[in-house]
Amino acid sequence: MSIDTATARKVAKLARIRVQEADLPKLAEQLSGILGFMEQLNEVDVTGIEPMVSVTPMGLARRADVVTDGNIQGQILANAPDAREGFFAVPKVVE
Amino acid sequence: MTNPNQLTIAAARDALRKGELSAVDLTMSCLTAMDAGDDLNAFVHKTPDIALQQARAADVRLKAGGAPDLCGIPLGIKDLFCTKGVASQAASNILAGFKPEYESTVTSKLFDAGAVMLGKLNMDEFAMGSSNETSCYGDVINPWKIDDRKLTPGGSSGGSAAAVAADLCLGATGTDTGGSIRQPAAFTGITGIKPTYGRVSRWGIVAFASSLDQAGPMTKSVRDAAIFLGAMCGYDAKDSTSANIPVPDFEAALTGDIRGKKIGIPKEYRMDGMPAEIEALWQNGIAMMKDAGAVIVDISLPHTKYALPAYYVIAPAEASSNLARYDGVRYGHRAKLAAGDGITEMYEKTRAEGFGPEVQRRIMVGTYVLSAGFYDAYYNRARKVRALIKRDFELAFEAGIDAILTPATPSSAFGLGEMASADPVEMYLNDVFTVTVNLAGLPGVSVPVGLDAKGLPLGLQLIGRPWDEAGLLNHAYVLEQAAGFVAKPAKWW
Repeated sequence: MSIDTATARKVAKLARIRVQEADLPKLAEQLSGILGFMEQLNEVDVTGIEPMVSVTPMGLARRADVVTDGNIQGQILANAPDAREGFFAVPKVVE
Repeated sequence: MTNPNQLTIAAARDALRKGELSAVDLTMSCLTAMDAGDDLNAFVHKTPDIALQQARAADVRLKAGGAPDLCGIPLGIKDLFCTKGVASQAASNILAGFKPEYESTVTSKLFDAGAVMLGKLNMDEFAMGSSNETSCYGDVINPWKIDDRKLTPGGSSGGSAAAVAADLCLGATGTDTGGSIRQPAAFTGITGIKPTYGRVSRWGIVAFASSLDQAGPMTKSVRDAAIFLGAMCGYDAKDSTSANIPVPDFEAALTGDIRGKKIGIPKEYRMDGMPAEIEALWQNGIAMMKDAGAVIVDISLPHTKYALPAYYVIAPAEASSNLARYDGVRYGHRAKLAAGDGITEMYEKTRAEGFGPEVQRRIMVGTYVLSAGFYDAYYNRARKVRALIKRDFELAFEAGIDAILTPATPSSAFGLGEMASADPVEMYLNDVFTVTVNLAGLPGVSVPVGLDAKGLPLGLQLIGRPWDEAGLLNHAYVLEQAAGFVAKPAKWW
């Protein structure tokens, strides 16, 4: 499967990574190379094989549905690039 | 004359307990070596104040008696581990300035055991790389040198490997998603073990590919690996994949007796174009195990060749999900916005500025294979192939194999920059012998066994049964004793 410039543009958009228009052809070529490498997987007979969900056969642990943490607003916001009045601040989302 | 920083963990432990050495003196010796080792670019955030404080506390505990094995032992910590109040960037610009408000489970356990943190160690960005050339801090330089070239220490735990090999610390934490402990260990002539998936808590370790990531120790000897691993392991309710099973005494398992054990030699690991030196090293290792009384058995792991392509679907898929959290809102870097930029522009510019090219590529590969219309063709197929790769190992172990012996890497360390013009896939081939182990969730250890004709270290890998790190380390101990690898890099830094 070969990736064209339009597909590379779309993937970059989905990944929320800005890629300059001039860099798209090179990116498309690299992604094509990597995906070409993955094509080998088509040689394998996977009939009747379930996709692996967990590498170790164990059930996920459950815990009581109770509050175990909280009242740490200062810690939560300590690393924010922009925090105001106890909230994360972002550019205007709603007009 | 041996300086304290050159000691093994085992030797330092014994000297500390006998009172022949103080934790403060040992730490000072490492801090001096660390500062003198700046040319290696291994330590990227130094924490001498924390180290001395921990060392003084360790001396008090040691004097009182009954202190744990790691009490007073100076370690380096890979930048992927969150350490409270200390920069933890995963070698990425997107986490510039990030200082966690919490401590990872592994570092908590190490500190509770009295270990001393010298600082944070360089690595490939988000642990994505095999040469430590994707770091925001710049390349790590391998202490091994044979000509004017600077060599890679391997990756992603390249800073950890270089620091241990150059005696800047007694041991270091690493993490391994596709070979990131074992390949750099092999490139620098040290020991590195990736435990069974679920053995070590992942809580507080920056996630790359959650179903593959495991942390482990990188050390100067197999005994040190046993001691250090014991202190990292154990159930943790904060990691839902942490195994609630007892942790054996790994050091006590080092009996050196492997008589009658069955060592599998997988024919699929004899790759086309494999250098003769690697093949010769492997044959030497086989002979060593045989001399120790083990039974050598030829085995087949038929899906081996599909491990790398499966890995390069699964790991980027998981990475694209895990790295979605870096959006410039809660921590780390946020791009400067232009007038009129909205939240989408903020995400896109932040991620373009913050992530390096290899990380961007892997996020986009992951995004593609998970996108509508391709999920079944790539991601689900890769997960099915992964199940088959795991089954290959299960069948071998069911047939009575105790451990599997393979090369650790397809070559010795190469020059920094030599792969710069290569296709990304060529770099991925570095993990060809190690990646199967992550896909199957098994423990694997790299042991230095010899030098190649150029004078660079080469390692062999032993793969163990699930949860049998104790038996695996004993096999590694036998290999280490037989190989008698004592070479150290000549100091040039």
